[in-house]
This record gives sequence, structure tokens and C-alpha cells, in this order.
Amino acid sequence: MAIPSPSLSADPRVAEVLVRRRRGSISGGVFRGLLMAALVMSLLFLLALIVDMLVEGQGVLLIRPVEFLTGNLNSNPALAGVWQGIRGTLMLALIVAVVAFPLGIAAAVYLEEYAGDTAYARRVNINIRNLAGVPSIVYGLLGLTVFVKILGADGQGGLTGGRTVISAGLTLAALVLPVVIITAQESLRAVPAGIREGALALGATRWETVRHHVLPAAAPGVLTGTVLSLARAAGEAAPLLVVGAVTGVFFVGAQGFFEQIFSGRFTALPMIIFSWARLPAGQGWNSLAGAASFVLLIMIVVVNGVAIYLRNRYEQKW
Amino acid sequence: MDARMSMTETGRRQGLMARPVPRAESEAAPSVVPTTVFDINDVSVYYGGFRAIRDVSLDISKNQITAMIGPSGCGKSTMLRCFNRMNDLIDIARVEGSLRYHGVDLYGKGVDAVEVRRRIGMVFQKPNPFPKSIYDNVAFGPRVAGVKGALDDVVEESLRRAALWDEVKDRLKQSAYGLSGGQQQRLCIARALAVSPEVILMDEPCSALDPIATAKIEDLMAEIKRDYTIIIVTHNMQQAARVSDMTAFFTAEVNEQSDTRTGILVEYDRTDKIFQDPADRRTEDYVSGRFG
Amino acid sequence: MAQATADPRLGADSPDALRSDPRKRRTERIARLVFMSAAFFSVVVTLAIVLSLVFEALSFLLGVDLGALFEMGWFPRRGLFDVRTLIVGTLLVTGIAMLVAAPLGLGAALYLSEYARPRLRRSVKPMIEILAGVPSVTLGYFAISFITPQLLRPFQSDVAFFNLASAGLAVGILTLPLVASVAEDAMRAVPQSLREAAYGLGSRRMKVAVNVVFPAAISGIVAALVIGASRAIGETMVVAIASGATGGSLFSLDVFQPGQTMTAAMAALGAGTDQVRGADNAFQSLFFIGLLLFAITLGLNVFGDRFVRRIRERY
Repeated sequence: MAIPSPSLSADPRVAEVLVRRRRGSISGGVFRGLLMAALVMSLLFLLALIVDMLVEGQGVLLIRPVEFLTGNLNSNPALAGVWQGIRGTLMLALIVAVVAFPLGIAAAVYLEEYAGDTAYARRVNINIRNLAGVPSIVYGLLGLTVFVKILGADGQGGLTGGRTVISAGLTLAALVLPVVIITAQESLRAVPAGIREGALALGATRWETVRHHVLPAAAPGVLTGTVLSLARAAGEAAPLLVVGAVTGVFFVGAQGFFEQIFSGRFTALPMIIFSWARLPAGQGWNSLAGAASFVLLIMIVVVNGVAIYLRNRYEQKW
Repeated sequence: MDARMSMTETGRRQGLMARPVPRAESEAAPSVVPTTVFDINDVSVYYGGFRAIRDVSLDISKNQITAMIGPSGCGKSTMLRCFNRMNDLIDIARVEGSLRYHGVDLYGKGVDAVEVRRRIGMVFQKPNPFPKSIYDNVAFGPRVAGVKGALDDVVEESLRRAALWDEVKDRLKQSAYGLSGGQQQRLCIARALAVSPEVILMDEPCSALDPIATAKIEDLMAEIKRDYTIIIVTHNMQQAARVSDMTAFFTAEVNEQSDTRTGILVEYDRTDKIFQDPADRRTEDYVSGRFG
Repeated sequence: MAQATADPRLGADSPDALRSDPRKRRTERIARLVFMSAAFFSVVVTLAIVLSLVFEALSFLLGVDLGALFEMGWFPRRGLFDVRTLIVGTLLVTGIAMLVAAPLGLGAALYLSEYARPRLRRSVKPMIEILAGVPSVTLGYFAISFITPQLLRPFQSDVAFFNLASAGLAVGILTLPLVASVAEDAMRAVPQSLREAAYGLGSRRMKVAVNVVFPAAISGIVAALVIGASRAIGETMVVAIASGATGGSLFSLDVFQPGQTMTAAMAALGAGTDQVRGADNAFQSLFFIGLLLFAITLGLNVFGDRFVRRIRERY
């Protein structure tokens, strides 16, 4: 076999082949461009959403921002404010945090740290994944039956008092529970087995291992997951609609924050947006709905953004 | 009983008779017969229907380093994890036979794995410090063992014994993840020493370390064996030859029908005997590098 | 035979030395019980959902003239419960939503997984996560304030203010991040060695993406679409705001006119439960539709979950 002699000049055949190969990259470039366009479009929606809310709501947001945020519901669009909605949403978020977080994290600890790979644990896991996919309005029906009618004696007293903040809060807690469990499980699963073995080999019990090592190591992911699910609960309206949030004008009177939780008639920011958005155009309600949407959107985007940022920053890379 | 089996038995008996103190001498001076810490009889471990090791019998003596060597998949790590019941953590694992620790059946009724692990510490293949400060890594064991009050002395003493004190004394509050791999492994040893166990199990403790860090760990083992009984799994034959007093050679036999491998103990004897004059042909092949 | 000598550190040469501390054992048992009850609670929630739906749905079916389920439209207060109207409305909205979410979601996923540099991915993924967190009422409002007037009216002059098309597009935007993230996870799970093998044979990036990554991740991609569709079917507030037809709707296939989906019908009934409270058929139809919706989304999720698990097992 002849050894090819080294040559400094370009071999025309090689050049031809390479050029031909380059032509193939035109379709590749188009393809790449299309994919990038899909990504850019997806992100543009977020921008369009924020800009649209700002434009629609500017009449309210620029002219009377403080009155809008601190004012109560009113049948006169020029005077209406969203304070009752913000307050209701905060109350609901508080109930969700108190009920769903401990329950969800505890369930995740059981499934990841205690249950092992038993048939029972597998069934519970599948059950939770399916629960996470149940539409939120169906949870509303659950809340209506269990918290309003059975536990609340259909408004005639009972544990929850019927159509109250506590009933709605418990409904939302049930709604986000599977999401809390799943995200907490993922964070727990990411903690390396070596840490558990190390603690157990020192004579620590399961509980000591979980409390001192596994939970602290999983904390950034668990916290982010819970905050994201809290934001989801805060943005929900469908279950509240069924459980009976108020969409019209109402007066809280002189009730305190905690007093109101058990005593009926409540609303939430998403409910206010829903009712305003459906009112006939041309009387100023649309602008109010836009402004309220902007407030809700910013609240949720900021909370989510901070949670995601903190997770990406502090998450342990194993 | 098949031929292999009886060879295993022979190996074991030879091991028993040929204690570090040769037989002739031990008859002359019976007071130095070493204390037996573990008395293992016909132990088999199953993972579900799969048998990982079969009929292992051996005795482990106090204040000695016992090495377990053999090709990968021969069950030596599985055996090691029986000594402190780490196999309990695997749902499908099942241990049969008798493992006596100072005469007490480790898997007997009423015996708590947590208490077992407090007396029989373990160092793992990959350094696995907790994502906490160096101090907290060492102090965790005594704390869960119920030691109250200041642990500074325990922490310092354990780090000194693990030959790490001088390197870390100025940064005890810093994260253990800032240490090098070798330092992390010595920290894990210090962590194990802090609960004052009697036995320390080491599962290929140097396989993730460079030669210099390995040498440090080996020196450390020779140093602490006065106070502890050490069982080490290693796939590094030179290491076994360098550090151990007794060596157990395991191999895997292939099960014809199921195409799985079950570990068996081939020969257990003084380390110099295993490496210079093994009784079993398979041991000789392995230590001379002809197989495995 | 080996002699067992008491070790001073062991305390006593008896099994008692290795017995557990009763206080610790109690703590351990309590902790386990608490965690187990919490996990069991999720089973309770499931049962509660099924039971609360089944009873009222059954009494609806027993109380209503079954012919009313196939009438000319959905007007619950007049006793007309045409389920086809709702199902067709739901399918139209879901179909439009998937026309948005499938190409954009899969395209974005493929770009992020195969083309994007790590830095870009690190900054874009959180944005997609944030898009996933946008409340659905906000998107409902976006549908009537932007999509209908700015995107639909310029092309189709006779678009009603409330219509199924704009609701469908907005639901698509809502579903998009879910499709993108499930699909991207599946594509990233394809082992690097498969890609390298293809590059080693001189394949171009597009060929690798289309001929190697896409087929290898196909289970996950199917799962993303199925789970996305399930989410679109169950989406309520966007449709309740943007599709109109509060009181009821005639059977219609025109996406530019108001229409009714299962969820929108439920929202309308739910918002009006004060008026239709009691054992009245209209109120109970809420539970019947709820059960139907639960069954459909559950079926889709179980189906999608099987695909997710398949790709997880393979790699």
C-alpha cells in the first residue's frame, strides 16, 4: 500500500466533500431556528401577559394605586379596591401552609425514608401521582361535600361553619397536598444514600437520621416545592367558586383576621378578577380586572421567582 | 457435602488453629490466646430468592486487623454488612446462620440494630461526611448516643486518633466538604471512633483515594488496632498483605441454572500464610494474579 | 471452640447489652406512626373525592330522565343536560390548546435539551417554571383582553367576544410549560452515549435530535402530551372567563362562538349554587359532570404515567 505523501495544497476531492456536507447544514439551521422560535414564543407569552395586564390596568394602577390596593369592594367601579381579596388570599395561603406543608412533608418522609419498596408504598405513590392530576374544580366538589356540608353542617355551625375561609383553605390544602408530597419526595431522593448510611452506622435511629441529616440536606428543595405549591393555591379560583367564595360586594365589618377565618363570607383575589372580568365592557370594570390581574400576577411571579432563585442558589450539588 | 464445601471447612479450621500466635507457642503460653469477638457459623445471605453468600464460617479476634479479599461480586461487602446489621436496611435481604458477638446472637430476639451499630462502627468505600461542619460530623455520634454537655474533648481526641487534628484544628466550624478526599475519609474514621466502638468495619476505605492518602489511612489502621478490632474489605491485595493479621479469601461460584453468583469463603488463615503458602489452589491463583 | 469473654465496654455478656433503649424505641415508633398516618391521609383524600362525587352523581342519574342527557343543548336550569355539548366543547378547547402546547412545548424542550448551552438553559428553565405558575384567572383575562381582540379579530371579523377559540389558545399557553418540562426531562434522560455514537458516525445535530433523541425519548414525549391534554381538559377558570355561555349552550361546533365545556359548566353551576341549592337536579348535575371529568383525567394520567415510568426504567 502506498503511503500518501503529505501535501500542503487542498485536495479538491476533500474540499468538494466538505462543501457538500456544509449544504446539509442549511436544513439543520432552519430546524434549529424553528426550535429556537418555539422557545422564544413560549417566553414571549409571559412578557405579553405582563404588558397586557399593565396596559389594561394602567387607568387604575397609575391614577389611584394606593386606594385600589387598600380599598374594599364597591359597586361603583371608580371606588372599588382589592384589599378584601388580598386579605382573603393571604388567609387562604396561611391555612394551606399550616395544613398542607407538615402533612405533605411528613407523607414524603414516610414514603422515602420508612416505607421501603413495599406493595403498599408503591400503591400510595401511584395514588398520589394520580391525585396531582385531578382537576382543581373537582377538589371544589370535595370541599363542598366534606368541609361545607359534612363538617360545616351546611352553614348551620359545625366545625368549619359552612362556606367559610377555613373550608376554602382546607379545600386548597387538599388540592396542593399531592404536589407538596411529590416535590418533597424528589428532594429527599436527591440526598445521597451515603449520608443515611453514615448516620445509621453510627448508631443513630431512623428518626435521628432523618431529623439531623436527611431533612436539613433536602431543605432547599423541599422549601421551594412548598412555596411553589403555595403560589399555586393562591392563584386558584375554581375550587373557591364551588366552595362558595363571594364574588359580589360584601362587608367584613370590624372582624379581625383570625375571627374572619371561621365566620363565613370571604373572597380572594382570583375570585375578584373572575367576577370583574365577566362584567359588561365599557363601565371601567375591565380596567379594574386588568389591574387586579397585574397585582396577582406580580405577587405570584415574585414569590415563585424568589423561591426558584434561592433553590438554584442554595441547592446542594451532590 | 461437596468437595468445595469441605475445602472451605478445612480452610476455616486451619485458620482457627493457626492463630497469630503459633500453636506450639500458644500451648506453652495459654494466656495469650486472643479473645474472639465474632464467631460466625454457616452464614448465608439472600436478596429475595438470590443467594449472595453461602455457608460462611469464621472467627474474628480482638485487636487484630482481618482482611476480606476476593474478586468483585464474591460477597465480601455483603458479609461485612452482616457484622453491624447494615443489611437490615435492604428490605429483601435475609441473613441465615449464626453470628455471635461475644457470644450474643446479633440477629437474636430483642437485639436492636441501632445498639449493634453503636458498638460496631463502619467506614464506607466513598467518604461520606455529613454536609455539616467538621466539628458536627464528629460530635453527631456521641450526641445521639446520649452524651450531654461539651463534646470538645471527644471531638479533639477522635480527630487526634484519626491523625487529622493538626490539619483541621483551626477550621473545625467549616464544612467537611472543603476537605480533600483523604481528609474526608479520615474524618469519617474519626466520626466512627467518637462513639468508642469496639469494632470498626471498613468497606474498601481507600478505593477512592490516591496512594499518599491511602498510605496515611493504612498507618492509621496499624496505629489504632491496639484499641480496636478492624475488619477491612479490600480488592487491593497488597493492602491486605501490608496491614492485616488475618486474611479471608472469598470467591464467587456461578450457579448453573440461574446464572447468578454466590460468594463462598475459600480460605481463612494468617495473612502471611495466605500470601506465601495458601492451602487452596484458588487462593494461590488469585494472590499470584492468575485469576481475578 | 471460640470462647466468649465479656468485654468491659459491652457492659455485660448478655443479650441485654444490645437491647434498645426503650425511650428511643418509643420515639422511633411514634415518629413512624405520624409519618405513616400522613401518607395514609392521601388515600383518605382520594376516597373522599370518589365518594363525594359518586353519591350525588348517582342520585342525579336516578332523578333525571335519562333522555335529558341527549337533548339539544346544556341548559341545567331548564332540565336539559346534553352531555355531548359539554364533551364536544371540551374536546374543541383541548384540541386548540394542544395545537399551541404540543409544537411550542416540544420545540422548546428539544432546543433546551439539544441546542442550548448550559448557561442559557440555566436562565431559561426558571422562566418556564414561572410561566407554569401563572394563575389561570390571569390567562382567562388575557384571553378576552388580548387574544380575542388582538389575535383573532384581525383574521376573523365575526368572532364573538366570548368564544371557544381564545379560551383554547389561552389554555394552550397554560399547558405549554408542563409539556415542555416533562418532555425536556425525558430528552435529557436519553444517555449521552447514544448521542455520541451518532455524532461519531458523522451525524449532524438535527439528525441526532430527530433520529436519535426523539425516538429514544418517545415514551416521555407521549407522556408529556397526554398529561398536558389532561391538564387542558381539567382547566376551569380560563374557560369560565373566556368561553362565555354562562347559563347554558346549544350544541355547537363553531369555535368562534360562545360554547360550554365540562369545567365551564361546573363553574357556572358552582358559582350559582346558592340559587340551585338542595337536591335539585341542576345542582346534582355538577357532581355528575365532576365524576365524568375525574374519570377522564384519571384515565389519561394513569395512561401517561405508564409512559413516564417506561422511560425511567429504560435508562
